[in-house]
Amino acid sequence: MTSDTAATAATPAAAKSPRALARARRRHSAVRFWRAYRTHKAGLIGLGTLVVIALAALFAPLLVGADAQSVTDAPGEAMRAPTGEFPLGTDQFGRDLLALLVWGARISLTVGLLAAFLSVAIGTVVGITAGHFRGWYATVIMRVTDWFLVMPTLVLAIALASVMDRSLWTIVVAIGVTTWPTTARLVRAQTLAVESRPYIERAQALGGGHGHIMTRHVLPNVMPLVLAQTTLVISSAILTEATLAFLGLGDPTVVSWGGLLQDAREAGAVSAGDWWYLAPPGIAIAVVALAFTLCGRAVESVLNPRLGVTR
Amino acid sequence: MAAADNNPAAILAAEAEARSGAGPGGPAAPAGPRGRGPRGRDTTAYLRYAGGKLGGALVSMFAVLVTSFFLFRLIPGDPVKQMTGGRRVSAEQLAAMRQEFGLDDPVWKQFTDYVGNVLTGDFGTSYQFHAPVMDKITEALGPTLWLTGTAYVLYTVIGIWLGTRTAWRNGRLGDRFHTGLALTLYSVPSFWLGLLLIITFSVGAGPLPGLFPTGGMESGDETGFAYVLDVAHHMVLPVLTLVAVGYAQTLLVMRSSLLDEMGGDYLTTARAKGLRDDLVRRRHAVPNALLPTVTLMFVNLGTVVAGAILVETVFSWPGLGGLFYQALSVPDLPLVQGLFFVFATAVILMNTVADVIYPLFDPRVGR
Repeated sequence: MTSDTAATAATPAAAKSPRALARARRRHSAVRFWRAYRTHKAGLIGLGTLVVIALAALFAPLLVGADAQSVTDAPGEAMRAPTGEFPLGTDQFGRDLLALLVWGARISLTVGLLAAFLSVAIGTVVGITAGHFRGWYATVIMRVTDWFLVMPTLVLAIALASVMDRSLWTIVVAIGVTTWPTTARLVRAQTLAVESRPYIERAQALGGGHGHIMTRHVLPNVMPLVLAQTTLVISSAILTEATLAFLGLGDPTVVSWGGLLQDAREAGAVSAGDWWYLAPPGIAIAVVALAFTLCGRAVESVLNPRLGVTR
Repeated sequence: MAAADNNPAAILAAEAEARSGAGPGGPAAPAGPRGRGPRGRDTTAYLRYAGGKLGGALVSMFAVLVTSFFLFRLIPGDPVKQMTGGRRVSAEQLAAMRQEFGLDDPVWKQFTDYVGNVLTGDFGTSYQFHAPVMDKITEALGPTLWLTGTAYVLYTVIGIWLGTRTAWRNGRLGDRFHTGLALTLYSVPSFWLGLLLIITFSVGAGPLPGLFPTGGMESGDETGFAYVLDVAHHMVLPVLTLVAVGYAQTLLVMRSSLLDEMGGDYLTTARAKGLRDDLVRRRHAVPNALLPTVTLMFVNLGTVVAGAILVETVFSWPGLGGLFYQALSVPDLPLVQGLFFVFATAVILMNTVADVIYPLFDPRVGR
């Protein structure tokens, strides 16, 4: 999972080299993982849904045209209920809502993924170092983590987003820096479990430094946990992104699902009873969040992150 | 959880438990490295543990103070400019305002003044309402507690009940249906669900007339019992929204922790004694499985105060969440700051209470 590509070039014909062995072992465990994952029907459904949505987002310009977001030359009349021409109706500028929904997938997925990766990356680094180094460093860093953990995440994210500029990066950063502590705690616990095993002592006796032990021994062992955690964080990040956009803290220049909901509310879709304007973006958010949750739960139950627990 | 805890297995168990709701490691949960005995009779150890937790909470509170001061005062540039909001103000007026809000003092002086004010319950004056922030907060606290408290009780009860049932009938159709439904509702944005409920039941969809009010807490002209009914009528939709998105977590934690317990030997023993299935569940399995759920209940209790920002906004509920949204859109910095402090304090308080009383439920935890 970590350095497959680097290993490929350096493998000579002999299958006995350590790198080749490691590669074979990784491939073997990937196959085993997939076999186990395949038995989780919900996980497969989630994965399939995500592939479809990701493809739609990638090929948005081809599917619905690149000018779908333009307010000036909108194709239809304003606020029309679904018709044959516009299957989901039009917004207050006369833009095709289906096209906006497909374009919105790009922003929602991008922000969700970036925020989740930022969050998990911070959490992993903090967790591994806090588990590896003892003494005052661990105490201080875990205090900070605890403190972030008790802060109401949404309130802190809103506060951060409201004091920074309105942009996508603001949202990514606001979500990323407020949601990492759970990952940090989990990774730290796993790190402690891994480091209590004898092979770490062996590595130290052979002269392995801090960096070597953390990246070569601890990191590969916490990666499964991190992977499962990432999928779960993504779904909550997508929800938070929608929430922040709905509160008007998102980037006003791009279309996202949360932003569409805010537009709908501002256009008076609620009091007019225009459910066709409100329903699709919310369903899209829920479907993607649910798909990631299903994948995350499947990965989690395949890998069983509580490997190190005595039971 | 204690920062200085260096017993990996115990932490791991506690964390796996807090997260996925797995059982507390079963009876094989290892003793601490220092080989402590049973904690039940060790009152001083418990007091030391509780004291540590309280001390930690105080440190956290101080950190909240620091954050709310620096986050809102130093980042957004010149507060006076924010306050005047683009209106034409003379240089003298600006200077007077800077003087009044103490913005010319050194930062440390501003900070100590701020801490002193907060400790005496003074959060400053709202730019927007020209009223003390503290008054606005106490005004809005009641409606929020009323709304989110009702929702909290409902979703906790429903979550525990459904979680128990689904775990006991694990794998059956009912289990799959309820788990699926809960996961789906958990993935739904709360504000969106609220908006849809308004469209369906307030505005009226198709043949359905508007059954419930679109927002607010009262119609204004009722008294006595009619007033109570009126408020209840206004509460139906927001409470429904909060419960729908909230019960999933309790359900899932309860379900997985009960599933964990169900493999336990003590349940086989209980059955071997000839206990009915019902009694095995109620007297033996559920009390053990409830422990992780209790943790979650307290964690959720802390968010009761802050948990309904979106739902309150959508339903124009006159509570803290709606106030936060209003303050944010101005932005009314003293009000945002005060609310931020209140929200964070509530969570810290409840987490501390959970930490302190948890060992009383489960003697395996705590030192």
